[in-house]
Amino acid sequence: MNKKIRVLIAKPGLDGHDRGAKVVARALRDAGMEVIYTGLRQTPEMVAEAALQENVDVVGISILSGAHLTLVPRILNLMRTNGQENVPVFVGGIIPEEDVPILLQAGVKAVYGPGSATTKVIEDIQRLTNSE
Amino acid sequence: MNGQALQDEIKRNRLTLARLITEVENDTPSGRAALEELYPLTGKAHIIGITGAPGVGKSSLVNQLALAFRHHSPSEEKPAVAIIAIDPSSPFTGGAILGDRIRMRDLSGDPGIFIRSMAARGAIGGLARSTAQVARLMDAAGYKVILIETVGAGQAEVEIASLAHTTIVVDAPGLGDDIQAIKAGILEIADILVVNKADLPGVENTERALQSMLLLANSGQYNNHQHWDIPIIRTIASHGDGALRVMETVQSHLSYLKTSGEWEKRERLRIRDEVEHLVIQAFIQHLQENVPLADLNNAVESLFQRETSPYQEVQKLLCKAGINT
Repeated sequence: MNKKIRVLIAKPGLDGHDRGAKVVARALRDAGMEVIYTGLRQTPEMVAEAALQENVDVVGISILSGAHLTLVPRILNLMRTNGQENVPVFVGGIIPEEDVPILLQAGVKAVYGPGSATTKVIEDIQRLTNSE
Repeated sequence: MNGQALQDEIKRNRLTLARLITEVENDTPSGRAALEELYPLTGKAHIIGITGAPGVGKSSLVNQLALAFRHHSPSEEKPAVAIIAIDPSSPFTGGAILGDRIRMRDLSGDPGIFIRSMAARGAIGGLARSTAQVARLMDAAGYKVILIETVGAGQAEVEIASLAHTTIVVDAPGLGDDIQAIKAGILEIADILVVNKADLPGVENTERALQSMLLLANSGQYNNHQHWDIPIIRTIASHGDGALRVMETVQSHLSYLKTSGEWEKRERLRIRDEVEHLVIQAFIQHLQENVPLADLNNAVESLFQRETSPYQEVQKLLCKAGINT
């Protein structure tokens, strides 16, 4: 048996800046994880569909457009409908401080702003997937 | 769960299928048990391999081909399409970036399409070790067309030919001259040749090199395709140009396979290949379990000192595992 942690890195919404998403994807790869990267401008439906078909252990969402309060709950809802309510979701990008509690309340496990250490993201994912 | 019930369940519930694929990919006991139950119900899908060098446009072609099957199939019922897209794993960390879905965004939202990315996990040959088994699950789940995209293949990654019924080799302008085209390897396994990026300069040269390769092959005595002329099709996959023709050609290849008896021949070869793989895997596992690491280390040490020869050491190690050769 050789279980690997599978992570979906998704980039929903209309902003075209995916450097952050790529940095995280690369860091997770170097930590031995299998990272499914779906590219820019995904709809919430596309993100949830990819999470389902790929049966990922974790979903990371990168948003810099400011639309996180619309997009993230929509993705969480779709994942719930699909039976993936137990798959941890984290968010990275430009998220105003006052929005962080709202996202956590909605079910997001962690929010990483600019300057977050990728080692922290890796540790969190390893912890979250171990406790399953 | 018996086979029929399990089949009904993975036909109905895509999450169950997705989870079962993970079990099979990780080679767990429950994954194996499911495959055993489902085995008698499989063998109905047309498995199509898409291979070629990195960057020739395999993912884009798979995207367009899936669209063609879903929207332009001549048959009354549009076939459900499953896609397995394989990308390489890092030899150092075992991690992987699986990015083939980027080119397949047009396929999202269609419940008749199921895309799964797989990391090669150290397997050489262009596939992952469990790709054949994952394809079997999709077959059992009712996907009539299974498209398998290999890792970006060079010259020797030809394993797809023993898994797929129809193998498409994708080439693009500017990748090599006519000597590349007559080297052994990947071009030999093609049932259909595609020259993608046909809007780029040099497309005539690429096409001509492939044509002369085919002419040479046809004049030789080892021609395996006596009733099937390997076609060369130009495509511009990013725009969808030519995809319809590729699909129609894939379908005529299928009827050729069925009418010529080649289908049965390839199925037998496929099964033989799979059994051989499994035997070798089981054999390696048996060795790992029965030969203590210390013995292997001792062998390395005495070889390093030149006290013995590799063949003698192999004999000794096999003896330990209860195998006399």
